[in-house]
Amino acid sequence: MAGWFDANLVSILNGFAIGSLLFILAVGLSIVFGMMDVLNLAHGAFFLVGSYLAVTFVAGESWGGFFTALGVAALFGLLAGGALSVMTEPLARRPILDQALLTLGISLIVAEVLSIIYGNDVFSVPPPPGLADSVDIAGSSYPTYRLMLIGVGLVLALVVWLVVERTSIGALVRASVADREMVSAMGIDNRKVKFAVLGVGSLLATVAGVLAAPVYGARPGLDKTILLLALVVVVIGGLGSIRGALVGALVIGQVESLGRALVPDLASFILFGTLAIVLIVRPRGLFAGKVAH
Amino acid sequence: MTDSLLSLSGVGRTFGALKAVDDVTLDVPDGARHALIGPNGAGKSTLFKLITGQMPVTSGHVALAGSDITRLSEPQRARRGISQTLQHSSLFLTQTVLQNVLLAAQRRHGTRRSLVPRRQAAAQDRARGLLADVGLEQRADTPVAALSHGERRQVEVAVALACEPRLLLLDEPAAGMSPAESARLVELLRSLPESVTLVIVEHDLDVVFALATSVTVLHLGRVLLSGSPDEVRTSAAVQEAYLGTGRESLFLDGSGPAHLEVS
Amino acid sequence: MSVIPDSSTESPGATPGAVAPGRASRRNGLLRYGVPVLALLLLLAAVPLFADPFTANTLSRILVFALFAVSLDLLVGITGLPSLGHAAYFGIGAYTAGLVAIHWTSEAPVPVLMAAVTGAVAAAATGWLAVRSGGVYFLMLTLAIGELVAQLAQRLTGVTGGSNGLFGIPSVRVGGEPLTLAGLVYWYILVIAVLGFLGLWLVAYSPFGGVLRGIRDNEPRLRSLGYSPFRYKFVAFAIAGGFAGLAGGLLASLVRIVNPSDAGFTTSALILLAVVLGGAGTLWGPVLGAAVVVLVRDTFGPQLDGHGPLLLGIVFVVAVYVLPRGFAGLAGLFTRRQPSSRGAA
Repeated sequence: MAGWFDANLVSILNGFAIGSLLFILAVGLSIVFGMMDVLNLAHGAFFLVGSYLAVTFVAGESWGGFFTALGVAALFGLLAGGALSVMTEPLARRPILDQALLTLGISLIVAEVLSIIYGNDVFSVPPPPGLADSVDIAGSSYPTYRLMLIGVGLVLALVVWLVVERTSIGALVRASVADREMVSAMGIDNRKVKFAVLGVGSLLATVAGVLAAPVYGARPGLDKTILLLALVVVVIGGLGSIRGALVGALVIGQVESLGRALVPDLASFILFGTLAIVLIVRPRGLFAGKVAH
Repeated sequence: MTDSLLSLSGVGRTFGALKAVDDVTLDVPDGARHALIGPNGAGKSTLFKLITGQMPVTSGHVALAGSDITRLSEPQRARRGISQTLQHSSLFLTQTVLQNVLLAAQRRHGTRRSLVPRRQAAAQDRARGLLADVGLEQRADTPVAALSHGERRQVEVAVALACEPRLLLLDEPAAGMSPAESARLVELLRSLPESVTLVIVEHDLDVVFALATSVTVLHLGRVLLSGSPDEVRTSAAVQEAYLGTGRESLFLDGSGPAHLEVS
Repeated sequence: MSVIPDSSTESPGATPGAVAPGRASRRNGLLRYGVPVLALLLLLAAVPLFADPFTANTLSRILVFALFAVSLDLLVGITGLPSLGHAAYFGIGAYTAGLVAIHWTSEAPVPVLMAAVTGAVAAAATGWLAVRSGGVYFLMLTLAIGELVAQLAQRLTGVTGGSNGLFGIPSVRVGGEPLTLAGLVYWYILVIAVLGFLGLWLVAYSPFGGVLRGIRDNEPRLRSLGYSPFRYKFVAFAIAGGFAGLAGGLLASLVRIVNPSDAGFTTSALILLAVVLGGAGTLWGPVLGAAVVVLVRDTFGPQLDGHGPLLLGIVFVVAVYVLPRGFAGLAGLFTRRQPSSRGAA
């Protein structure tokens, strides 16, 4: 058993690194849907914006570049999310599919604009200096940057948990997921809440894109791949549940990493199979119900 | 002694610590017109859903014509002959009045699974006949979305009857109706054959006493009293449940059956 | 744009199985819709006689995607099930037809029939879980299925040619003779596409189709009438998959190369856009929508350096606000009939 672990340690750690990225992505997507019934299909495209921003600011060459990329991405994400919230407002009374379709159209536009600006080449981004080498773990060498990613994911999970469980803003988020109309009846402006949630959710997507650049690079089509993974995570975890997003991200991270390492031809099946099994047993996801924690 | 068509024994439904329906036992004989009344919060709507199968019971048994249907789903119970009309009209808004009734009628007259367009003569005739009964044959080709509230209630009834039910459950059928419309409704329900047993949840006591052969009063999820309309009308316990104190004057003084002015 | 159509935009006079009493009004209905449709068909049939091969080719492409779009409309517009992975069955159909033509026979109609069958079977096999879940879960599961099929197509290089695509598909043969002229291929596609439309139209206006609309409008009420919605949704999903496979088979015989992206998310998204742009639930609206999508992507796309999807995205975003019921909604404005005010209660 121990031998198996040793041999696959790298893959398992990769799984955690991917899981971290997926958590950052999924938490925004899940909360937005749980609170607002808005399925933001542009989430993947925002991630891609972050990836390309990392390329532009040459995040691999200096910490200055890296942080600039993060900062610009955060700003873009906030603005894009805010714009989305404004754009979906007139559609508030229409079936939720209409909002989803709007975000689909936006994702097409964003992806194409990126393709116009950057062309169709595949870019790779090295990690910032100091994180570019590897660390020795139990006999295997593992990229330091990915360890940092795991750390970032953990810290974020902790921060999100604290905010949602221990602050009044978090209570507001939980209440909105449970019963949106009640919250608005208490005098809290739903539109402002939506603006903030979409803004922060999209910010998380773009930041995840920057963070992921040294791992995934930047190329057309990456937005769809990552959107699919994020959606699978959110569905497995349960819409609106942060705990679900974390568990889902960890599971899918391992499936993607270990799965592709051990049985590359069947990896896609395993992904779908995991989704199928979870939904058969729990039709609404692991931590179902409109409760955010 | 007629057999009970509908039989509830010890039926209960809890939500966490709340007992919405608590140990309800009642029997509705075949051919009866049974009313279910009670003040707000008595659990009538919940009991309604427990009978139709929309909500599962947490305790007790429900039986239809002797067979236990407690574990059957709503569509399965409907196929056994239970039909319902809902308090808030629940229809297929983009389709016409005739199409709505046809959806129900075609279940009994075959052809609903047909993958090609069919004339569906039997179902069509039945649907048109029912529309004539409720007075809507002129509106057969109008989309339901264009109908008034009262007209939609009439379509509800036609749809429910098109299923050829043995047991018809009506949830506040007179709600929101004008006196003329209520009177017409009562006439329609009165004209139904004895092969259709009625259970009516209703607030409008005029309708109840004009129609019912037996009444069950619910209060706080439990059965307060089950009996004939007269027994219920004169019961002090029932008046207290409704009003907090006994106020005889709010009920008719028991000298004759209730009647409605039909204008 | 709403997927719940206005009753005024659905083809009036064609209620599920219900024909207005009296032969006179039946004749009227037939005249009103039969004549324009017949004229349109004749016009379409005459195209190769006066148009150049490039136009015939473009129209062929439009017909293929129109059939694909209408098959999706059965799911989205009629049943109310929004699928983001319908291209999976389109792609499976395309690969099937290609493989049949290469390894077995390209004699019509074998490849397209096999394509339809595999499309339906694949839909039945994968749709069970998606249909059971419903709502947003259905959307996401269909997306996952679509991507899975595309990834499979990419990996099974030995069978599908991987990312290079399945190329070298022989021309379709009629009576032993290969159809190489664009005009002949166009006629072949026209015939099969029209048959496909007819099939979908029959299903949509059958009693079964009426139940599907009931599911879209008010599923809980349908349950209380004694219907089990799952069965109907499942069959609708399989039928839609079959017709999508048929369209895929036509694609294979038209362009004679199949790529994994034909089964992927982008294709699914484009065809969903086509349906909603055209007017979900009307069956004829998505034909227009498909025409717009194909023209923008294939005809204007090259002029925009291949960035046709950008224009599509913009058109779509604008249309969501301006055309809530798609193009078909505009027609509804012209033909909207006033509800009868006779016999008011």
